[in-house]
Amino acid sequence: MTETPVTEMTFEQAMRELEHVVGQLERGDVPLDDSIRLYERGAELKKRCEVKLKEAEEKVAAITLDADGEPKGTTPVDGL
Amino acid sequence: MDLIDDPVPGANEPEFTVSEISGAIKRAIEGEFGHVRIRGELGRVSRPRSGHVYLDLKDDRSVMSAVIWKGVAARLQVQPEEGMEVVATGRVTTFPGQSKYQLVIEELKPAGLGALMAMLETRRKALAAEGLFDEARKRPLPFLPEVIGVITSPSGAVIRDILHRLRDRCPRKVLLWPVAVQGERCAPEVARAIAGFNALSPGGAMPRPDLLIVARGGGSIEDLWGFNEEAVVRAAAASDIPLISAVGHETDTTLIDFASDRRAPTPTAAAEMAVPVRLELLSWLDGQAGRIRQAVGQGVLLRGQRLRDVARALPRAETLVEGPSQRLDAWGERLPQALLRGVERRKLHLSDMTGALRGGTLRRHLAEDRRRLQERSVQLVPAFSRGVTNRRSSLEKLDGRLSLRSISVDLTTKREKLQRISAQFAKAARYRQQELRDRLSSLDRLRETLGYRETLKRGYAVVRDGGKVVTTAKSASKALELEIEFSDDKVVVSPASKPQPRKKPPAPPPPEQGDLF
Repeated sequence: MTETPVTEMTFEQAMRELEHVVGQLERGDVPLDDSIRLYERGAELKKRCEVKLKEAEEKVAAITLDADGEPKGTTPVDGL
Repeated sequence: MDLIDDPVPGANEPEFTVSEISGAIKRAIEGEFGHVRIRGELGRVSRPRSGHVYLDLKDDRSVMSAVIWKGVAARLQVQPEEGMEVVATGRVTTFPGQSKYQLVIEELKPAGLGALMAMLETRRKALAAEGLFDEARKRPLPFLPEVIGVITSPSGAVIRDILHRLRDRCPRKVLLWPVAVQGERCAPEVARAIAGFNALSPGGAMPRPDLLIVARGGGSIEDLWGFNEEAVVRAAAASDIPLISAVGHETDTTLIDFASDRRAPTPTAAAEMAVPVRLELLSWLDGQAGRIRQAVGQGVLLRGQRLRDVARALPRAETLVEGPSQRLDAWGERLPQALLRGVERRKLHLSDMTGALRGGTLRRHLAEDRRRLQERSVQLVPAFSRGVTNRRSSLEKLDGRLSLRSISVDLTTKREKLQRISAQFAKAARYRQQELRDRLSSLDRLRETLGYRETLKRGYAVVRDGGKVVTTAKSASKALELEIEFSDDKVVVSPASKPQPRKKPPAPPPPEQGDLF
């Protein structure tokens, strides 16, 4: 298991970790205490994944450039 | 006569000779157009023996004469042909003798698609040689990027296609960096946008994207040319942020495609590469959660079942002891009786054994044995003498049968028989001897009769020459000396004269001749 706290994981990290947890539980050779711990971790990972998916709100902005072509800000883009 | 001529406008302007004005034009043209690049199509091309090449450069409205001097023509990498699109470099001169002007070409290069492609290939090779396109440089795309930077034109179908597809699959934060996607501003702006996105800091007011898409719709190779420019290729190769290129249609390949981490055939495909499908991920998540619940539930269920099974199989403590304690009781009860019975059995046995050991019994055994011994010893002497007598009588019997008389009778008979047989043998031998002697003398008589000596007695003679019998007058005449045998003796003669065959004595027949009989 990685050392990264679940709440800081990227979606992909959480996803891989969740697959790992499910695999371990399904093999059925984990002691009961461990399986309870794994269950809790699985729930946490799933929540993390859901958060990452649900925060996926579309937000489109265009960068505005100054006279030198350097980005100076963004403007919302609508209607595309 | 008027003193004042009617003023003729321009009459006081200097007059040029033709040569003067031609010279002036020549100076003006050659001064102004000493070095020009002209793009056009080659018209008629003629190559006279002189080695100079005369040709026409034209476009849809104008034609211009041109010449390539012999020395320049020899250096050209591509020889001019009618219809070829070229860029010619040279100077314009006039030809006053014919009121003409022409382009003296110093350099001629093909223009158009083929030329562009050749240039593109050269550039691609150079950049590849630098390692900018190496597979090892390619980075994997993030599975689910938080912010996607799109570099394209803010108007047009491309950005709309990308946003639509992203919305369908998994809505993301998108930062659009507007650029010109064709023309001379294209390359520097795209290069700057790539570098600019890389320069942003993550999580700032303008969050740094974790994926870039450089996109443009289809167009001619000239339209897409900006994406072949070295600045764009280098910026794409240098980008730390993974970059998808989606320039033109599927069949168009620009150099940025070689330098990008992934090449998408269309802008829509780029959006598909960029993000997974959110719904699929959500249902996958549900599936995983289900599997966890199932696995844990199953684990608890299995353990409970096993616990019950094991508990059932576990015997009560009393039952573990009951059996053995009962067996202990049983054996404990039987122990004293068994002890007593054992002692009694041994006592009985002992008394049996001691009973046999009493004195009377022993004496009875002794007397019996002694009596049997005496019986045997009494029988011993008569048995021995009886054996001797038997053997002696059989010896006497055999001795009686052994006598000399029968042998002597046999001897006499055989002697008489021998005498008889030897007498017969002598008689037979004498008779046989006589018979053979008679036969021998008769044979000898016959021999005498048959020999040639008897013939000699009747008047014949044998003539020999050195031991060899002479049978012909011919061989006799050759001999030096002849030996003539008569019945009583031999005479030697020499045939002194030529023998007369008539007078020759008749040759005796050879002695062995058989028909004298």
